[in-house]
Amino acid sequence: MNKLLNNQGLSRHDLQIISEWVSPNSHVMDLGCGNGSLLKHLQKTKQVTGYGVELNPEMIAECIDNGVNVIQTNLDQGLGHFHSNAFDTVILSLTLQAMRNPRTLLEEMLRVGKQGIVTFPNFAYWRNRMQIALGGFMPVSKELPYKWYNTPNIHLCTIKDFHALCEEMGFRIESSIAVHRSGKEGLGLRLIPNLFGEIAMIRFSKK
Amino acid sequence: MPEPLNSVGIVEPQIAEFDSPLQLTSSGVLNQYSLAYETYGELNANRSNALLICHALSSDHHAAGFHSKTDKSAGWWDLLIGPGKPIDTNRFFVVCSNNLGGCSGSTGPASINPSTGQPYGPDFPIVTVADWVESQARLSDYLGIEQWAAVIGGSLGGMQVLQWSTTYPNRLKHAIVIASAAKLTAQNIGFNDVARQAIRTDPDFHNGDYYKHNTRPARGLRVARMLGHITYLSDDLMANKFGRSLRQKAKFDYEFSPEFEVESYLRYQGDQFIDRFDANTYLLMTKALDYFDPAADYEGRLGKALANATADFLVVSFSSDWRFSTERSREIVRALQSNKLNVSYAEIESPHGHDSFLLEIDHYTQVMHAYINRIAGECLGANS
Repeated sequence: MNKLLNNQGLSRHDLQIISEWVSPNSHVMDLGCGNGSLLKHLQKTKQVTGYGVELNPEMIAECIDNGVNVIQTNLDQGLGHFHSNAFDTVILSLTLQAMRNPRTLLEEMLRVGKQGIVTFPNFAYWRNRMQIALGGFMPVSKELPYKWYNTPNIHLCTIKDFHALCEEMGFRIESSIAVHRSGKEGLGLRLIPNLFGEIAMIRFSKK
Repeated sequence: MPEPLNSVGIVEPQIAEFDSPLQLTSSGVLNQYSLAYETYGELNANRSNALLICHALSSDHHAAGFHSKTDKSAGWWDLLIGPGKPIDTNRFFVVCSNNLGGCSGSTGPASINPSTGQPYGPDFPIVTVADWVESQARLSDYLGIEQWAAVIGGSLGGMQVLQWSTTYPNRLKHAIVIASAAKLTAQNIGFNDVARQAIRTDPDFHNGDYYKHNTRPARGLRVARMLGHITYLSDDLMANKFGRSLRQKAKFDYEFSPEFEVESYLRYQGDQFIDRFDANTYLLMTKALDYFDPAADYEGRLGKALANATADFLVVSFSSDWRFSTERSREIVRALQSNKLNVSYAEIESPHGHDSFLLEIDHYTQVMHAYINRIAGECLGANS
């Protein structure tokens, strides 16, 4: 998917969740689409149309190989190249934390699309908390393998942070799920997602 | 002839003659005309593997291979066309024709006007991108090609691809538009007019009838080419290639003969050009560029102009191309997206300016390879 995180892309389980949130035959844009695997999946399972957006030159040919439309664009320069209300769903998967202006991009997502889906590594995951609380260092994990000085993940946030921003921006949270990389499910994850969730998956729309 | 393994080898141009009148946009008519073209690779049994290449301002139908064993230079797009190259002649039947009004074999201003027995000269009608597409459609009929797997072109060639996609939506499955624009900017038209003025004010121009006088406006055409060449390169590239280097000397001689390397380079380019190109053709080609604006009939809305296109598109631009900037390509992409058409867009990082589309650049080659593979998968079936 991208090289921002250690794990390459979403698990089958994650793909399935996103797939359930996308209507059949709808028009979808996937921001930071990497090699296009998510859109390929949605094209196959939901017959969606649409475009991936990616900056990395190496990924452009891979998307084309995967049969996915891709528009080479730097997301940090916004979505000015896309028309308003052109998409049913705009997805930003595991990319938000690397954006220079996450808030602007979120706003843009709901300008060009009816609903947004964002996935990001939850910074309040208990292992991260432990490293700061007990070790006194910025967390370095399998998921976030970088040091503070060389990380592309410049805007990390927690599930609670994201909910608060949606509130502030007047977005309605349609669904919010926290998942484990391993696909493990448990009571803890359901009761305290902000503590036990490794990856947050959130669907939102305009109020 | 240095024949590399992946060359199409020696190719022979062919001529197709047409005698049903071609009504032109300018209200002129060409009662009969011929088109010079080359083909590479083999047309398959169900005729599903044909690619049409549309050429740019100063090139012609000789897109790949060599004309003879002593031919020093290959066709203008030989880096991309050949066995195993992105435009793979092992799998595709590739056709490139010389545009009407050209000077390499198709009917043009230097051809004999059958009604006078003299060269057309200034009487050759102004031709537009739409006229070229019409003539290419007739060539398609002549070659028995109902539908092109793709129509491909860079710069002015890309404009022809756009025109194809709306005039004959059913006759192409894919459209590849490279370093092009849906219309020229004022700056661009300005450059073209300076080039035209250089030619038309040359005392040897004789109002376009110079063939009669057994001369040609070589100085004007040379200046036109020098100007064009500057605009096809980037400022950075020229700085790196020439800088302020002087030609075989360390100090200025304070004279008007060429002293800077860049001066002699441009003069050389100009000299090469006047030996192979006709000034009247240069005038016609630049006018065709200026006139092209499919959105003009739709209140300037390109999305509307492209509404009946059905092809899948690949659009490519180059970062340092300021003559056909990336923003022009983005306009095309936006218009295609507004019609929910399949389109991919690559913005290639390159220092080579507009000329990048003629070169071998890793990212560009990869993207072309991937896209044309996709076409092969769709159009040639399992035995591709």
